Amino acid sequence: MNKQIIFTIDQKECTSEAGKYIVDAARENGIYIPTLCNYKGVKPAGSCRVCTVKVNKRHLTACTTPVAEGMEIELNTTELNDLRKAVVEILFTEGNHFCPACEKSGNCELQALAYRFQIMAPRFPYQFNKRDVDASHPKILHDHNRCILCKRCIRAVKNEEGKSVFTFENRAKKVHIKLDEKLGDSLTDELAEKAMEVCPVGSILVKEKGFEIPIGERTYDKVPIGEMLITDK
Amino acid sequence: MSKPIIATTSLAGCFGCHMSFLDIDDRLLDLIELVEFNKSPINDIKNFTNVCDIGLIEGGCCNTENIHILKEFRKNCKILISFGECAIMGGLPAMRNDVPVRECLEEAYLSGPSTVNEERILPNDEELPMILNRVYPCHEVVKMDYHLPGCPPNADLIWDVLHALILDVNIELPYEVIKYD
Repeated sequence: MNKQIIFTIDQKECTSEAGKYIVDAARENGIYIPTLCNYKGVKPAGSCRVCTVKVNKRHLTACTTPVAEGMEIELNTTELNDLRKAVVEILFTEGNHFCPACEKSGNCELQALAYRFQIMAPRFPYQFNKRDVDASHPKILHDHNRCILCKRCIRAVKNEEGKSVFTFENRAKKVHIKLDEKLGDSLTDELAEKAMEVCPVGSILVKEKGFEIPIGERTYDKVPIGEMLITDK
Repeated sequence: MSKPIIATTSLAGCFGCHMSFLDIDDRLLDLIELVEFNKSPINDIKNFTNVCDIGLIEGGCCNTENIHILKEFRKNCKILISFGECAIMGGLPAMRNDVPVRECLEEAYLSGPSTVNEERILPNDEELPMILNRVYPCHEVVKMDYHLPGCPPNADLIWDVLHALILDVNIELPYEVIKYD
């Protein structure tokens, strides 16, 4: 076991093992740091910036930065909360997120963050970018309108040989997630289910699985994202 | 002192938000004690006869008439509220936003599988409002003061917000009332 260290989050004294990522160390101390591209058991990427905290006047992603002795972490300041909110608003305007028509609505982490931050309308103009829906695969349906390019599927969904089933295609504005043509053919039911579970939004869906849970009983209908993790602890 | 005046309208919407408004149930009785209604489908008043305190807008702008009515609401209402996803982001009508208008019209009036249109006419009568290049959220056309998300917005959210605005008090909205579906 690594040595125990002391650090603070918003002046609250916390203890954890040295070397743990800030998000995990915070959770051990009953503090929730909002995350989006982070997924349990998968190497963090720090790509969405929702978990941004401030240490020593610098912005850092809490999912990729290890805690250190005496670290003074700022989490819930007006500036940081607004920055987190802005990141979520950008994602809502950059893609085409028609929540009323989405199978993942109520179980969507992007939407849940917006609920938690009480976003009534985004401050940025909607882009209405043209994106495709790919329903050609027999097991999964891929709606690029909803994809936030968090790479969770690439990082988490791997076959027995450890190869990623999903990949990025193209670059910059044209970049999108693609199911590997060869590996996609042999996609098992388990991996398809896992892909749907890993996707924080409704971009990857298993066919004939939408709208399974009634409204009112979905994950984020009554309890804000993050609250359960804290009470579990 | 005279009662505050409310006006409502449905632009490119389905009237679902208005149905949710009626879902405040017996609180409607409290509401009519507190306010007076002006231009609204609820009382069928077609034109503004008074300056209003609160205007509720359902639906986004998909044609020139929507724009005209929205601007008229902005002129006549002190506080303007987008209520519902369509007013806020265009909603389901905005799903056409990445398709050129010509393609939309051709699909609807010429090439749709159930379409019979032997003369191959696209609607172009000058009496008809002109369809816009895309569906616009209300706040991209005029200044909107508040946004109430939901499809439709929760009746409790509508009531809480109206009640607070009418009585000029602060509110803390509970988690459950803010939903996008």
